[in-house]
Amino acid sequence: MATIMTVDDTASMRQMISFTLNSAGHEVTQASDGEEALKHARKKKFDLVIADINMPNMDGITLVKQLRDLPEYKFTPILMLTTESQEAKRQQGKSAGATGWIVKPFNPEQLLNVVKKVLG
Amino acid sequence: MAIDIRQFHQTFLEESLDGLARMEALLLRLEQDLAHAPAGAVQDADPETLNTIFRVVHSIKGSSGTFGFRDITDFAHVLESLLDIMREGRVGVTRELINLLLKAGDGLRHLLTAAQTHAPVEEPMIQALRGELEALLSGGVRDRRPARTNDPAATGAGNSAGPWHIAFRPKPHLFKTGNDPLRILRELEGLGKLRVQAETDGLPAWGQFDPETCYLAWRIDLAGDAPRAAVAEAFAWVSDDCQLEIVPAPARRPKAPDPKPHAPEADHPHDAAEGRVNSIRVNIPKVDALVNTVGELVITQAMLGQIANNFTPDKLPILLTGLAQLERNLRELQDSVMSIRMVPLGFIFGRLPRLVRDMCQRLGKNVEIRIGGERTELDKTVIERISDPILHIIRNCMDHGIEAPAARRAAGKPEIAHIRLDAYQKGGNVMIEIEDDGRGLQREKIHAEAVKRGLIHADTPMDAEHMDHMIFVPGFSTAEVINDISGRGVGMDVVHNNITDLGGNVEVASEPGKGTRFAIRLPLTLAILEGLSVVVGTQTYILPLVSITESIRVGQGGLSRLPGGGEVFMLREEYLPLIRLYERFDIAPRSTNVADGIIVVVEAEGRRVGLFVDDLLGQQQVVIKSLETNYRKIDGIAAATIMSDGTVALILDVGSLTRAARAGTGRRFRGTDAAAPVLEERGAGGAMH
Repeated sequence: MATIMTVDDTASMRQMISFTLNSAGHEVTQASDGEEALKHARKKKFDLVIADINMPNMDGITLVKQLRDLPEYKFTPILMLTTESQEAKRQQGKSAGATGWIVKPFNPEQLLNVVKKVLG
Repeated sequence: MAIDIRQFHQTFLEESLDGLARMEALLLRLEQDLAHAPAGAVQDADPETLNTIFRVVHSIKGSSGTFGFRDITDFAHVLESLLDIMREGRVGVTRELINLLLKAGDGLRHLLTAAQTHAPVEEPMIQALRGELEALLSGGVRDRRPARTNDPAATGAGNSAGPWHIAFRPKPHLFKTGNDPLRILRELEGLGKLRVQAETDGLPAWGQFDPETCYLAWRIDLAGDAPRAAVAEAFAWVSDDCQLEIVPAPARRPKAPDPKPHAPEADHPHDAAEGRVNSIRVNIPKVDALVNTVGELVITQAMLGQIANNFTPDKLPILLTGLAQLERNLRELQDSVMSIRMVPLGFIFGRLPRLVRDMCQRLGKNVEIRIGGERTELDKTVIERISDPILHIIRNCMDHGIEAPAARRAAGKPEIAHIRLDAYQKGGNVMIEIEDDGRGLQREKIHAEAVKRGLIHADTPMDAEHMDHMIFVPGFSTAEVINDISGRGVGMDVVHNNITDLGGNVEVASEPGKGTRFAIRLPLTLAILEGLSVVVGTQTYILPLVSITESIRVGQGGLSRLPGGGEVFMLREEYLPLIRLYERFDIAPRSTNVADGIIVVVEAEGRRVGLFVDDLLGQQQVVIKSLETNYRKIDGIAAATIMSDGTVALILDVGSLTRAARAGTGRRFRGTDAAAPVLEERGAGGAMH
């Protein structure tokens, strides 16, 4: 059982990710952009953060940078949601300190596999 | 674990449609900027605007794939590619491009609604749009879609099989990306039998040891026949953070046939069995208020229960306080529940700038629309049913009301015409006003048409208000040219009927050469009515409070009988038809003498009539129960309700009563000192300019 934060400006994706992770027994917090995610992260330590890249207010790459600056998030796994055509963004995310990525589209089983992989 | 992905479809479709509306509004704004740009292209468009537009399509693309809408993903991908190069400034933002993007947005909306309603997709239209988008893309810029490889880290011969010999040397910063070599080793373990050897050469002396740095390296032997791609996949996230060698180890047995890489199966084909869910999105504060009220209700109930448990007469005052509290709680609960059904008018208004823009292009007119009051809320059902009437009125303003630029110049008016749209709440009603600064209703034409249709005699004088109201008569149209926008003769009467069906009304005022103004009044909700209960004989009837203007007593001498048989009475210099409700519904009254009862003056469609009743009982909110659903339609009765004593009371249909009265008296009679038209009394004339 882990506490996981999902960050996405798309409500349907957030819902799908939360629902999937919940049903696997994880506790999930939702945030709709980087700013909101950062607020949550300052209050509580999550075991895993799954963040979209393109978001209003604060995008995923900035969020990764900011999270890595917080002492509690130095080594926390942070996964980015990317699409097939976003290789450049993926690299930017990596250099900002992201752990890895999940390529959209994905189905619930794929998501759970990746999460299992990072949570060990 | 099987998760039914379809449960998220509704959210996805709704938010995507919302996004498209946002994108459209931004594109229209860009187009306006363009109108002021000298070079015919916006070079320095606001990057945030372009980003937001991009994000809308990007989100749709990303989620649609996940939710199994491949055709939407494919279309969105092409559109996204174009938006991307636009965002990067590689194509100029021109009028043509905006046109194409608007059309592409329509295409995407079509695909989304088709998915929502399980309707067929208009393939030729989508393909044509795709073609246009791709043509623009290939004009210098390539489609950036990479091949659908399973793993970008897998290069070259990805499908050869193991066993493998792997050298994994992480760079010192590996931990700082949140990665952990142990996890990778564990994943490899899932692929086959592992033999791992750590290289400790990199370890520094204890004094210099930094616990956040990775000093170790590993040599790994992976037995079995795992494909290279699967092995590389385990290292995909760290490929830049390590030195990695994956080389085939001497094979112990011949290569096994390729296991098929798991193909992402289409999640669930959306079968037609799934009906469309009619959902409503509610702000959290509204739900919180609801929960609060329910909490208070529970407390009140507990208190009342306690009083009732061992009741003694001295507890009566507490009981009454408790009941008063219960009433307040219930009223709050009712308000909260009603507010959940409330949707802001922006839902409809948001579509109008696009409509106006498209019509401008088609009609060669130059019109700006100014919208206010988007946040005014109305019941969802009312919103759904008022949308078409509003669109129709706007179309009419554009088509008939507003002159061509040349005509406007000739009339000394600014070439750019304006349509003003405003909404606000007024008591239990919402007012929507639509006003243009066009030429106004053409009363000579209306008069001529009315004579032609035999609605009036050629020599009958008509006051301006009455004439303007003629446009709501079924089939009435003065459009000289029938075109595809309006003027098909169906229209304003349908507008009028739709609005009255909703329990509202629409009034029109016009000033020649200056403009036309429509004022729509709508009830906030269709479920509850603020009414006045009146008594006729032994029956109780409910009159909608909005249609009542006043109640008066008239002596028997105040009545006059018309040659046609109708009765009228005089109210401040004006004769109004009188309807004796006991006659109308054929029941025995307490008295047939008007002096013994009360006349309630009601107004509908700009006409007033007096209803003779025995007595007024009082004002109250009633829950509307459809008579048609539960019994059958009765002329003169709008619906029914259940009173506090359990009896059924009928809600009167004031519109049909006044119409019947007008038919009975032929035309409206006025005193010598005719009052000015209703709208002008309210200062509408002044607001025209």
